[in-house]
Amino acid sequence: MKSLRTLAAFVLIGYSVSQLADAATLVFCSEGSPEGFNPALYTSGTTFDASSRAIFDRLVHFRRGSTVIEPGLAESWDISDDGLVYTFKLRRNVKLHTTKNFTPTREFNADDVLYSFNRQWNKDHRDHKLSGGTYEYFNSMDMPNLLKSIDKVDDYTVRFTLNEPEAPFIANMGMDFASIFSAEYADRMNAAGTPEKIDLQPVGTGPFQLLAYQKDAVIRYRVHPDYWQGKADIDTLIFSITPDAAVRYAKLRKGECHVMPYPNPADLEAMRKDPEIQLLEQEGLNIGYLAFNTEKKPFDDQLVRQALNYAINKQAIIDAIYLGAGVAAKNPIPPTIWSYNDDINDYPYDPDKAKSLLAKAGYGSGFDTDIWAMPVQRPYNPNARRMAEMIQADFTKVGVNAKIVTFEWGEYLKRSKAGEHQTVLLGWTGDNGDPDNFLHVLLGCAAAKGANRARWCHKPFDDVIGQAKRTADVAQRTELYKRAQAIFKEQAPWVTIAHSVVFKPVRKEVVDFRIDPFGGHIFYGVSLKP
Amino acid sequence: MFRFLFTRIILIIPTFFGVTLLTFALIRLVPGDPVELLVGERGIDPARHAMLRAELGLDKPLLAQYAIYIKQLIGGDLGHSIVTKEPVLNEFLALFPATVEISVCAILFALAVGIPVGIIAAVRRGSIFDYASMGLSLTGYSMPIFWWALLLILLFSVNLGWTPVSGRISVLYYFEPATGFMLIDSWLSGESGAFRSAVRHLALPSVTLGTIPLAIVARMTRSSMLEVLNEDYVRTARAKGLAPWRVVVVHALRNALIPVVTVIGLAVGVLFTGAILTETIFAWPGVGKWLVESVRRRDYPVLQGGVLLVAGVVMLVNLLVDVLYGLINPRLRYQR
Repeated sequence: MKSLRTLAAFVLIGYSVSQLADAATLVFCSEGSPEGFNPALYTSGTTFDASSRAIFDRLVHFRRGSTVIEPGLAESWDISDDGLVYTFKLRRNVKLHTTKNFTPTREFNADDVLYSFNRQWNKDHRDHKLSGGTYEYFNSMDMPNLLKSIDKVDDYTVRFTLNEPEAPFIANMGMDFASIFSAEYADRMNAAGTPEKIDLQPVGTGPFQLLAYQKDAVIRYRVHPDYWQGKADIDTLIFSITPDAAVRYAKLRKGECHVMPYPNPADLEAMRKDPEIQLLEQEGLNIGYLAFNTEKKPFDDQLVRQALNYAINKQAIIDAIYLGAGVAAKNPIPPTIWSYNDDINDYPYDPDKAKSLLAKAGYGSGFDTDIWAMPVQRPYNPNARRMAEMIQADFTKVGVNAKIVTFEWGEYLKRSKAGEHQTVLLGWTGDNGDPDNFLHVLLGCAAAKGANRARWCHKPFDDVIGQAKRTADVAQRTELYKRAQAIFKEQAPWVTIAHSVVFKPVRKEVVDFRIDPFGGHIFYGVSLKP
Repeated sequence: MFRFLFTRIILIIPTFFGVTLLTFALIRLVPGDPVELLVGERGIDPARHAMLRAELGLDKPLLAQYAIYIKQLIGGDLGHSIVTKEPVLNEFLALFPATVEISVCAILFALAVGIPVGIIAAVRRGSIFDYASMGLSLTGYSMPIFWWALLLILLFSVNLGWTPVSGRISVLYYFEPATGFMLIDSWLSGESGAFRSAVRHLALPSVTLGTIPLAIVARMTRSSMLEVLNEDYVRTARAKGLAPWRVVVVHALRNALIPVVTVIGLAVGVLFTGAILTETIFAWPGVGKWLVESVRRRDYPVLQGGVLLVAGVVMLVNLLVDVLYGLINPRLRYQR
């Protein structure tokens, strides 16, 4: 019995030293498994963290921790006066990854850019159908209609010609789907009869190279020694896939990982008090809103929409639902995006004013409506069901009887897109830091049967954002977007509810981890204290 | 024996079709569109939406979809995941060893603890040990796995620091998997400390998953033992003057274990259900977690294929148990 106890003690206890003593290994307790390693094929942030943000580069980059665009694989670019031609000068001496099944014979050049875009764009491209061949981001950014041609001028110059001016085009080039693959590797894998390896064991130019993926368990990267921006401080980067937030937190406390995403709001207080943990926070690049279906009565009436804006006690919602991890939203774009109009005054909570406006609109005795509540937790709305209940109570106070409706998530998206709702709770997280990515995508006339859940098509607004889309000058665009926000506020197709705050608990030995406004987790530039 | 086996194998065929029909129908009865879920808030152009549905074969009438599915199945093709585009069978084979490993360890834990506890409780019927162990096993049986697992993590991993929180092995060990079974692979790798790390990682998930089977085994052993201890042959053995432990272990236990074997067969189904939660909490890369994720994403081929494969395994284990039952129970053998 004694020997049995000794054995148990040997097995269980003899290991309490922190497992992460190796200063050059950083472990990220990621929230889920990537769908794959080709960021062009998927749309989830989890996949982007594991692929584009570690393995690949793009022509332009977003400065770490901000939405500012800076040169990436393109050293510089010119935009023609008519805004139709973008000429990128590519960086020289950029080395591609050397892996166990590929040793590059050349450095990065224009062929890699052409391959990466043509594969997504050209249906007849040799690799278009590879790995299912659905390029949802490329399509949803309307690239097939936008692009007229992509030409190689020389080995280090690429020219993109557009069908119409599109100011956010540069920002699009920094998005994950625009990651640059190795054309030589693709050719080599095709010749070897293993084209699937292009996506399963990808080769890029990024700071880390994929070493191994054990499905649903661990992703292992090693540093790219010849990275063009300089070798990363971390030698080995490990994603330890841990879906449960409570378990992620336990692992962080125990030192089994250095960084964790998406903490439980209830754990934040304890994290703040823990001397081993730094709790980083930043306003998210997102918006949670309640959209009125402006095609349906009575929401076609601006007065009714304004009235209901007055009726909602936004601060109470932020305190109760976001538990302080959110700020009241007055504009449809978050304050971290350029052109945010801080001069706008939000509708204050004023039920009496709401009642008088309703009476003026002919609804003095109120009306019946619905509030659609999402069945899932999203970054911009931690608890839509509870939020809907609070809004329902606020509406009752001004005589509006609302029924709460919910569906399974996919069904919810489909039906709300089809306009079956009267009012719907939803939100958005920005893709590229451009105001157009909120204002045009969510409120433009072109989206009125799609992502524009208010189905709101207001010509003066649409003209302004259309003009901003065609103008390259940022100062001019800023003025136009500020005007658009004023029109939006007055027309009130939504109740803008909140921009949520993003929390990132990291261990105290982690140096210079920055919260990415796009929700990503980027480990280039991060180091560990010995 | 041959006839018995033959009947059992023939019976598997309709069960198999039943499972295909059930999984196919149930997942489609639940609202949700895989294409919508793939694109989220971003939305998708209606024409492209229709095109993608057509590519996935979801535009056809349900009966036609089912017929295509069965035809593929007969040809040995379980289809490709809608999300990862990987063949379902490949994904299953990559994850299944992890589930087998945790399940076998859980069952071994349940037997190693459950049988002795059941025996002692039966022999000392009415004692404090009897009441305490049976009370505890009832608690174990009714405990929510999710809560139990978190409790174990907080106590043993976070507070006492005895075991790691989750995963199959410390992330610092890296070797190519040879068998998919971490205990074996870590042993074969020759890296010092790897095997020990794998054992330590296995401890809490096995205890969590083994808790319900443990409770069942302990209670079953006790009641079956009590029955056997009152039999004439046990009294005869005692009258012969045999040592009490010999009476219990050699004469009574062998017979008392027969129903316990049946229970183990049935427990395999319970284990898979438990594995879903256990794997999610302990970030254990097995088929349970994979199936849950496929429901959430409406990944029809993964769910259909995965459930079918799991059902196949459960049927196989039950068949083996039936055979084993025939072998260890002479009465059954002689009847045939």
